[in-house]
Amino acid sequence: MQNAFSDSFPLRSGRVHEVCGAGAAGFAAMAAAQVTGHVPWIREAWLHDALNPVALADFIDPARILLMRTPGQTDSLAVAEEALKDTAVRFVVIQITRPLNLREGRRLQLAAKAGGTTGLCLIPEGMGSNAAETRWRAVPVLDPQRPDSTLMRWEIIKNKSGTNGAWHVRWDEQTHHLLVVSPAGN
Amino acid sequence: MFDGMNRRIICLWFPRLATERVLRTCPTDGPFALTLRHGNAERLYCLNPRAEAVGLCRDMSLADARAYCPDLLTGPARPDLDVRFLGTLRRWAMRYCPWVGFEGRDGLVLDATGSTHLWGGEAALLDDLRGRAAQAGLTLRLGLAGTRGAAWALAHYAQGDEPLEALPVAALRLDGKTDIALQRLGLSRIGDLAATARAPLARRFGPDLLARLDQALGQMPEPVVPQPDPPRYALRMTLPEPIGLTRDVMGVTARLLDPLCARLDRDDMGARMLILSLRRIDRASHPITLRLAGPMRDPARILPLFERDIEAADAGFGIDQIRLEAAVVEPLTARQTGIDTKASGQERLDDLITRIGTRIGLDNIQCFRPADSHIPEQAFCLVPATLSLPAAASAWTRSGLRPGLRPLRLFPPEPISASGRQPPARFRWRRMSFTAARAIGPERIAPEWWAPNDGWRSGLRDYWKIDTREGRRLWLFHTPQHPGWFVQGEFA
Repeated sequence: MQNAFSDSFPLRSGRVHEVCGAGAAGFAAMAAAQVTGHVPWIREAWLHDALNPVALADFIDPARILLMRTPGQTDSLAVAEEALKDTAVRFVVIQITRPLNLREGRRLQLAAKAGGTTGLCLIPEGMGSNAAETRWRAVPVLDPQRPDSTLMRWEIIKNKSGTNGAWHVRWDEQTHHLLVVSPAGN
Repeated sequence: MFDGMNRRIICLWFPRLATERVLRTCPTDGPFALTLRHGNAERLYCLNPRAEAVGLCRDMSLADARAYCPDLLTGPARPDLDVRFLGTLRRWAMRYCPWVGFEGRDGLVLDATGSTHLWGGEAALLDDLRGRAAQAGLTLRLGLAGTRGAAWALAHYAQGDEPLEALPVAALRLDGKTDIALQRLGLSRIGDLAATARAPLARRFGPDLLARLDQALGQMPEPVVPQPDPPRYALRMTLPEPIGLTRDVMGVTARLLDPLCARLDRDDMGARMLILSLRRIDRASHPITLRLAGPMRDPARILPLFERDIEAADAGFGIDQIRLEAAVVEPLTARQTGIDTKASGQERLDDLITRIGTRIGLDNIQCFRPADSHIPEQAFCLVPATLSLPAAASAWTRSGLRPGLRPLRLFPPEPISASGRQPPARFRWRRMSFTAARAIGPERIAPEWWAPNDGWRSGLRDYWKIDTREGRRLWLFHTPQHPGWFVQGEFA
């Protein structure tokens, strides 16, 4: 028996979640669109791939994104902790480049709990932390019918307060809503 | 108080202020001049005595001057720095009397009425001025008289001890035309002019000439206008015993911060950058710079922002002086609190940005701004968030302006092995193999010839969106002028 998608998404607030896979950036944009206010997007300065705000505008107003470029992961985590603790923002995205240890993961959780903020770590495959509330894998899926589709397969691979599950979702650009669709017959 | 006849005005004239300001740091014995660009030509702006001795003069063109004097050393004139230097001299001159104003661009005027006796009389005061100016390497000419006009005349034109009446008429601060006309009339001395009938003079030269004469002779008042001191937002506390604990330093900082913020509050200003200097007993100084995301003057909000840096500071054998300065201030008008809750949200965000900015630098907190370019990676720019937070509505939402399909992630172009104008059916990228299921395109983008861009040397690009059977949606481009295929982005 699979639990409902609405139990797990929008992401539970006051906790830190993780997402991996090729569609992680899209997942973060769609998750951030579910809340209001500014969204700090913390990444290390040396990462050479850039978020493109022109495409981001389909999901979330790019003016709401505050890009924070840090010299290294230690600073990333310190900034993330500061932002999570603060009530001025509701959602924080952190790009992770090396696995978190138990202490770091737990500190992020405590900070998120203190501020009632949702945190989302974009992790490389297999670098999950034990403290994460949920861990998702988001991979894009070919949509045979619609050429401009954003069809993705979202799978919960770790869930602390619920069961795992997998759904096919698609972003509706007109209504700015996430639609759960039945898996295509391929 | 004092009526006009009892006033004692001292005029200080620094004839070589600009050159001497430069020569104070790099003295030279040879001829030296500062040049300033007038229209198309470099002209001499100020010279030292050696340069004048070889026959150079002001407003001579630099080319002529070099022809006269091949070993002339020159430097660029900086009138703005001269003005600042004169301001410093004005502050120094306040040691003689509290009433000091500027006299043109190279002079000061002191109203020394009633303060000369403190220096042992007028002659002693002037000697002291001359001695100190000579020590500082400044040429100084002084005039002391009962009026501002007469003091100016004596400073600029007196050779020895001659009285005002014996000076040439040019000493009345006249323009060149009036001066020449008076010379032609045979009125070359101020005494001659004062003895002439006034009515014909006024008819011929207008009221200005007589006004200047009356000002010099004391029949018309001319005030000395002192400059107000610019407000200074700096406080210092010297301690009888050195301190070292973070808690103590924070306590002193709090005691400095309260009056500083009160001062800012009085002037409706907010601090944008604060510098806290901790001076240790071994005279080493440790400055802590705090840059704020927005103007602020609330001590309770500012104080915690110092904590991180104060903890990291090395107290050595103890700190015995703490100085707090608001180095950059901005106007911050009083705002009613308690009604506008949205503003307080913005304030909290500003606080958060400041706190994070103290760790990673305020410039590293950025937000997106649209840019006017059809090159995909230049269609946006990143600006520091502190500059652009007030902008509420953004241009992104006008989806009519969307150029074409644009990927969510952009990276520097990564070459793949493929050939031909049509997108490849199979290709390898980042050690993964892909099979194209659908290709959308091409969208041709030409480089902007008016803005050189190294990445676009290879000419036109034909962009394709490739949906792969494996799921990933990639943005490929082909460069027809230098055949090759590249991956530049990935769609959500």
